[in-house]
Amino acid sequence: MKMTKAKRNKLIYNIVTFALVIGAFLILQSMIANKTITRSLKGQLVPICCWIVMAVSLNLVIGISGELSLGHAGFMSVGAYTGAVVSGLLINVYDIQDATLRLVVAIVAGGLLSGIVGALIGIPVLRLRGDYLAIVTLAFGEIIRNLVNVLYIGTGDGRLYASFLNKKLPEGVTMLVDGAKGAVKIKPISTFTAGFILVLITLVVVLNLVNSRAGRAIKACRDNRIAAESMGVNVTKYKMMAFVTAAVLAGMAGALYGLNSSTVVPTQFTFNQSINVLVFVVLGGLGNVLGSVISATLLTILPEMLRAFADYRMLVYAVVLILVMIFTNNPTILSFMKRLIAPFKRKDVTGGDAQ
Amino acid sequence: MIFLDNLMNGLSLGSIYAIIALGYTMVYGIAKMLNFAHGDIIMVGAYIAFCGLQYWGLPPIVAILAAMVVCTILGITIEGLAYRPLRQAASLAVLITAIGMSYLLQNIALMIWGANPKSFPRTFINSSILHIGGLNIASATIYTILANVVIMIALTLFTAKTKMGKAMRCVSEDRGAAELMGINVNRTISVTFAIGSALAAIAGVLLCSSYPILQPTTGSMPGIKAFTAAVFGGIGSIPGAMLGGVLLGVIEIFGKAYISTELGDAIVFAVLIVVLLVKPSGLLGKPVREKV
Repeated sequence: MKMTKAKRNKLIYNIVTFALVIGAFLILQSMIANKTITRSLKGQLVPICCWIVMAVSLNLVIGISGELSLGHAGFMSVGAYTGAVVSGLLINVYDIQDATLRLVVAIVAGGLLSGIVGALIGIPVLRLRGDYLAIVTLAFGEIIRNLVNVLYIGTGDGRLYASFLNKKLPEGVTMLVDGAKGAVKIKPISTFTAGFILVLITLVVVLNLVNSRAGRAIKACRDNRIAAESMGVNVTKYKMMAFVTAAVLAGMAGALYGLNSSTVVPTQFTFNQSINVLVFVVLGGLGNVLGSVISATLLTILPEMLRAFADYRMLVYAVVLILVMIFTNNPTILSFMKRLIAPFKRKDVTGGDAQ
Repeated sequence: MIFLDNLMNGLSLGSIYAIIALGYTMVYGIAKMLNFAHGDIIMVGAYIAFCGLQYWGLPPIVAILAAMVVCTILGITIEGLAYRPLRQAASLAVLITAIGMSYLLQNIALMIWGANPKSFPRTFINSSILHIGGLNIASATIYTILANVVIMIALTLFTAKTKMGKAMRCVSEDRGAAELMGINVNRTISVTFAIGSALAAIAGVLLCSSYPILQPTTGSMPGIKAFTAAVFGGIGSIPGAMLGGVLLGVIEIFGKAYISTELGDAIVFAVLIVVLLVKPSGLLGKPVREKV
């Protein structure tokens, strides 16, 4: 069967993406085995996996589905808290010592709950458009942060205690989530391998979704909602599909992230964190999955390597956001760039654009 | 009495939201963009007034005027440099640029003034507390409410009576047609940003007179809430911004007083979501039909 050119390009793109990720994992694993890896990089491995998953899933919402979601960190916090509680529950109440089993259950639970929250948010939010949708997702992110700030969960006597607003747990309870102090006394069980598997799952899910019938429908809704609707595409359904998938992935990343350290505090998941992920997505290229993977990796490693740069990180991010947007959207600059690269482009009879 | 005290606090906070929301609603109505950086212009205005009062020893009125001038120039510059090149672009690109601008302002403020919160000096605005029939009313409350009413009347007259106001309404209605009628769209949008930013400076001074803690992130949360207020009242509508702002301020203070202090922000945002679901065009807004 003969492949069309577009199909072949997609296949090459997917192969390159997977090859890069798997190659990087193998190199890093051999570096860990040889002990040639630096201490700071080793500590960064799990967070890098989390941020890659966050960036790719946000790219699904922003780049593929074309809706600006500013509450992605909220889903991450849902996942992180769920992961911490589930892991604590498994070890304190059910006495399961197997760390891998706890990690898997925690990540799945984090993804599930985040997905449910995503669906609950998505139903009202996805009826809105453009700027409204952005501001409402921002609002939801803040609401989630507000709610976990007054959440108290603990285990004791072989059962789970939870209270809301006031700390009304009985004496002698082992606290798992302690209001503004966040999730406390987490036993770190995240591993780089688990992170790598999560990244692979994310890539498989997102790339398959993008290249499927559903993915084409999602992109059609992005490009022209009314046209897509008149072609019989159920806009809300497909937008919901992208949004909830992204929420599930962000929840899983959150669970992995939460179980990588001993505490998780609500201030880790502010609006700033959502913007951080937004920068990964914008710099990597809207709709470009491989770009998100690369930029999330680089932008997580770079600030650690360049300590002096750390103070100016957000400043540089802000400038990057503005410049990338102007350079990729201004008609004058676009046509200038086109003329600049035109002489180097191969003459393509079928692909050339008619002026 | 506590009820009335809360009500006054709510009205005062709501008036600040209303002034900020006016800036949002004008820019949104005319340039059709959500100027995310508006909240940070408030912060810059407050810092300039702070420097004027604390370091340069200016009289309060002059300090406020200086803040207004700086913010006006800032608003026009931001519009010209960052938003004008994206006039034809998708709203997603403009919104991301505006978020970038908001972060840029916050980080520049962080470099200039540092992360430590500054305490805003006392001026005639917040110098005294009036006792009226057992009620304690801070003078800042009176000034804020007064400023709000004056600004709203002035803006309503401006858009209704002046030539520039008419141009603004035209651009807001149909940008292309306005251009064909010989209206300079770019200049109209610049003037809108100038007015919005000058109002932001006033809002910044009033905000810091009531809540005298000043830091680079001071403006972002009130900014987002004021946008909520603008949506609540019906975006693009000047009386709507005022109504939405005042209602939102009252809801926030009562929510904090009677439901939970920690959940104050969550309550405000819940209001936004309910409004958008029940009546997306807001209390006083007109529904917009979508054209192909």
